[in-house]
Amino acid sequence: MTLSQKNLVTTPDNRGFYGKFGGRFVPEILIPALEDLLAAFEQARNDESFQREYESLLKEYVGRETPLTYAGRLSEYYGKARIYLKREDLCHTGAHKINNAIGQVLLARRMGKTRIIAETGAGQHGVATATVCAFFGMPCIIYMGSEDIIRQKLNVDRIRLLGAEVRPVESGAKTLSNAINEAIRDWVSNVDDTFYIIGSAVGPHPYPLIVREFQSVIGRETIDQCLESEGRLPDHVVACIGGGSNAIGMFYPMAGHDEIRLYGIEAAGEGIDTPRHAATLTSGFPGVLHGSMSYLLQTEHGQIAEAHSISAGLDYPGVGPEHSYLRDTGRVRYESITDKEAMVGVRLLSSREGIIPALETAHAIAWLENLLPETGTDEIVVVNCSGRGDKDMETISQYMQNENQ
Amino acid sequence: MSRIQKLFRNREDNSKIMSLFITAGYPDPQNTVTLIHELEASGADIIELGMPFSDPLADGPTIQHASKIALDKGIHLDTIFNMVREVRTRSDIPIILMGYINPVLRYGLEPFFRKAAESGVDGVIIPDVPPGEFPNIDRLCETYSIDPVYLVAPNTTDERMKLIDRASRGFVYCVSVTGVTGARDGAEVSNSVKQFISRVRKNVTRNPVLVGFGIRSHDDAEKISEEVDGYIVGSALIDFIREAYPSEDWISRTGDFVRQLKTGKLNQKIK
Repeated sequence: MTLSQKNLVTTPDNRGFYGKFGGRFVPEILIPALEDLLAAFEQARNDESFQREYESLLKEYVGRETPLTYAGRLSEYYGKARIYLKREDLCHTGAHKINNAIGQVLLARRMGKTRIIAETGAGQHGVATATVCAFFGMPCIIYMGSEDIIRQKLNVDRIRLLGAEVRPVESGAKTLSNAINEAIRDWVSNVDDTFYIIGSAVGPHPYPLIVREFQSVIGRETIDQCLESEGRLPDHVVACIGGGSNAIGMFYPMAGHDEIRLYGIEAAGEGIDTPRHAATLTSGFPGVLHGSMSYLLQTEHGQIAEAHSISAGLDYPGVGPEHSYLRDTGRVRYESITDKEAMVGVRLLSSREGIIPALETAHAIAWLENLLPETGTDEIVVVNCSGRGDKDMETISQYMQNENQ
Repeated sequence: MSRIQKLFRNREDNSKIMSLFITAGYPDPQNTVTLIHELEASGADIIELGMPFSDPLADGPTIQHASKIALDKGIHLDTIFNMVREVRTRSDIPIILMGYINPVLRYGLEPFFRKAAESGVDGVIIPDVPPGEFPNIDRLCETYSIDPVYLVAPNTTDERMKLIDRASRGFVYCVSVTGVTGARDGAEVSNSVKQFISRVRKNVTRNPVLVGFGIRSHDDAEKISEEVDGYIVGSALIDFIREAYPSEDWISRTGDFVRQLKTGKLNQKIK
């Protein structure tokens, strides 16, 4: 059965469910806050002045629209489909995360909240949130796993320079998932004056919807740009997935076009046949984490398993609920790429296009190795180049050093 | 009528119900059943037995710690059902299982409620499932005669308090502060807390009300539960156990602590 455009526009139902995924599995204290947030978001969405302010900031401050760059030498390398890169790495701060941070900080201001908190894994969402807080002069606290603080040191320094406080999180694997727990605990304790800017398409309703809304600019621009340069829509669109914000932003405007094949690429870490990976949709099981029902990496007893990826931004045992829905309906094909394959992707894009991608993005690039041989020369592939790799140079250098030993 | 409902019906007029929370398997699984008996002998009216979860996002450092220790020692739902079964061979104290939804979902909702009922569990508190989020839970509670206890918080609206009252059986859990679980220094009973509690009294009319979060002494408990049916202590108890364990007499000293919590006096005889 092919899905018609109509039933694919997956606006969640009024309880925040995408099929059986999503919802609001949170302590009672957060229910009023989520209801206020939903009301403010619905109002803002229909308010032209809000939209104007958001769009003008995206243009004047973020530097949108970002280009859709033809990757000539990469295309030549495979000798198959023409490959384009959606250049979210050129956004101010170096990744797509700021599209959402700007939108949510505007919501926070509209709601009269005076204190901003956020979680971060790779540090890109932390940097984006600290940036918009500096721009608006708001106090900002970023929760970050102490393991990620080590591997994304550059971003930690950026966040501090921007005037935000980084609070190290020492629980569990000391990565993104634990940082979200701690941010939620802060929010529960300071719910009156605090706005929690969630960076990925995860969390309780309406967060996945809000993040999708503010990231959809990626997919909308890509459609327009592809029509302009190629006169038609792309055949294949690839994006990496941790929580899934860049992917949902790319996929959502395209999901209704049945002819576009969509690929979400998860982190297979050291391999999905080992315990060290983050391939939630490939090998997880539905459950509840961080306020919503979605696929999760978990033990047979329902404890959350530790994820692993060389890329801090994909190192998450959950995934946005809408991706779980898109997986089960078959609209998006979810695949995974190992740490090793991702490093090949980093080298390939760097050496053939002069673009050093983030390790997250490198997973999407690495999928081309599987996808391109199946394509024809008249086909078009778009990869969402979600972020740049400067922040990962230490990890990359270390990896290359170990390889040489 | 459930054990919980009977407890409230039969209590003496001015006495407060004391419900105590411990994490199953903390500080060690071999002693959980003995500890429950000691708590009961020292004045506990209800036992809330925590089902540990890897990501307890509504809990402060104390219960996070206890959960981690319990999980490291291999606790899972079947071990908890066995503990309850063992308690039931000697005691009729109401037992409520409290914990996050994911391990319950993984176990299977229907098997969870069936096993809980078979083992002698009286109620459940699942803090990350507000009323209505999982309609199945209410149906299963009905089928297996398990009391679903829901929470109200200071920012809960009047209308929602009424809904929570209708969804709950046994009692309604009144969270006195907006925050995570944890003992707080001199849990102040400010005017705003008083106003909140009287708002709860007005809107929660079908069920008794127990108040919790932040209580760590008899004084705290007396003050904060003045207008309601009783109180819940968790983190302060676990903090005490954390200090006392593994000395030889940690269980009897925990009993002393509980007696003091209940009566304000060290050597008061219970019952």
